[in-house]
Amino acid sequence: MTLASLNLQPVLPEIVLAAMACLILLVDPFLPKRGPTVSFVLSILTLVALFVITLMQMDDHVRMSFGDMVVNDPMADLMKLVVYVLVAAVFVISRTYLRQRGIDKGEYYMLGLFGVLGMMITISSNHLLLLYLGLELMSLALYAMTAFKRDDGRASEAAMKYFVLGALASGILLYGMSLLYGVTGELTLTAIADTIAGGEDSMALKAAVVLIVVGAVFKMGIAPFHMWLPDVYEGAPTAVTLFLAAAPKVAALALVMRLLVDGMGPLFYDWQPMLIVVAMLSMAIGNVVAIAQTSFKRMLTYSTIGHVGFILLGVLAGTNEGYAAALFYTIAYAVMTIGGFGIILLLARQGFEAESMDDLKGLNDRSPVMAFVFLLLMFSMAGIPFTFGFWAKLAVLQSIVGVGLWWLATFAVVTAVIGAFYYLRAVKMVYFDQPEDTSPIQADLNVRGVLVLSGASMLIFGLYPTGLTTLTAGAFGL
Amino acid sequence: MISLSEFLIFGGLLFSISVAGIFLNRKNVLVLLMAIELMLLAVNVNFVAFSHFSGDIDGQAFVFFVLTVAAAEAAIGLAILVTLFRNRRTINVEDLTEMKG
Repeated sequence: MTLASLNLQPVLPEIVLAAMACLILLVDPFLPKRGPTVSFVLSILTLVALFVITLMQMDDHVRMSFGDMVVNDPMADLMKLVVYVLVAAVFVISRTYLRQRGIDKGEYYMLGLFGVLGMMITISSNHLLLLYLGLELMSLALYAMTAFKRDDGRASEAAMKYFVLGALASGILLYGMSLLYGVTGELTLTAIADTIAGGEDSMALKAAVVLIVVGAVFKMGIAPFHMWLPDVYEGAPTAVTLFLAAAPKVAALALVMRLLVDGMGPLFYDWQPMLIVVAMLSMAIGNVVAIAQTSFKRMLTYSTIGHVGFILLGVLAGTNEGYAAALFYTIAYAVMTIGGFGIILLLARQGFEAESMDDLKGLNDRSPVMAFVFLLLMFSMAGIPFTFGFWAKLAVLQSIVGVGLWWLATFAVVTAVIGAFYYLRAVKMVYFDQPEDTSPIQADLNVRGVLVLSGASMLIFGLYPTGLTTLTAGAFGL
Repeated sequence: MISLSEFLIFGGLLFSISVAGIFLNRKNVLVLLMAIELMLLAVNVNFVAFSHFSGDIDGQAFVFFVLTVAAAEAAIGLAILVTLFRNRRTINVEDLTEMKG
């Protein structure tokens, strides 16, 4: 293959992002010390440019490039667009918080952009090597971001736990990949699927499936491999938690879709039972343990574990309807999470972290608009009808009932009802309890703006879900 | 001539030692980092063995990338270790328990 025959156009967004991230890395140290406004603006402009490029490249066909290593299908395009929007929202909402804690540095945006690059590579990969490199690029950026507040012992401890367990997960995943390579002799995911469909079956293949499922589930933070998640989300600075909780989940869904569906689709009946078990555990543990939390940040983390269990339900249905539902749920979850952790940013001040449930008390007296946004977000997370989260839960449940797993759907609904309790308890605190701190909210416009947008999208997509449903269904050719 | 299965047993043993090292080690974080490196090396043994016995060069190319990533990972891990030691004055695994629940 000569350079001239190499078509770089399909990876144009990745190239632009890599160039811009390196540029910001170089420019930032030479800027005056007034804060990284230039880096911030450049990052946002980069994300806008990427959005435009990806939107222009979008079409309904599957486009393979680089000797079938890179795949740009409608799913990849939609996921990338979602990642850009989520990351831009996180950058905008985080600035005040970072500035008040003296960590508003260019590194945050630069690491964030490298993380996005990792996510994009993961989303677009059709090759085990590319998948691994994308995943590691994302993970390494996230470890560094977690340890970003260097004088904070809790953040360092969280980063260490994240690093060790994340590296363990990568190792297990990689060991599974090596077995898969040994059995099939292929590294391209679609070629692996073809070889397996050709009747390849052995114990080594079964072992590869188990290791890859464990590794992927570990990375997604699904019970019983969730133990790192609460500590990491609690210990990291809230602005970083926001980053960790939103966009990487889209990439994690892409990882599962690429490996299990594209690569090991013919082994569906081997991995489906495993996903059923971990999804059930995740929904049960996430929703039950969240009730016992006194820290709002930790409660949201356990609610994340529950939501990710729901996302897996769509994947294990094994139909295109299911995959579309999983993607829809992931988008809904990411928007809700930005709002949820955003509330902590709203209440936090210089030298004060609003992480306890008690800090929510009487929010309605302090800011009725924000209290209403909070109500919308909690209703949506609980899945109360005619919010964004309701349609997400409905789509996922419909897809598993469609393949005859009605008992699993019943179990999911029971855990969702248990989950509704703690969301509604938080709403009760906001509206009916007396505030301990009656000072008005001092948050900046950027925090309020993103929160209002997030709350409004709960209502808009709750009342008109058709637009987004069409998009996610279109991503899987429905 | 060493057979493929002997290489795989060797790789499997290295992998088991590293996983055991991560879960059983209660003393020193540095040992955890070593265990992680060992785990990636176990994977490399597998890749090279499969690649050699199937006559397909792709697996050996994979190993170079894994080695590079392992170096990057060690750099980040040690950097986190340094900030941890600065804040806590200890790198004992048992002391990393400020957050629980």
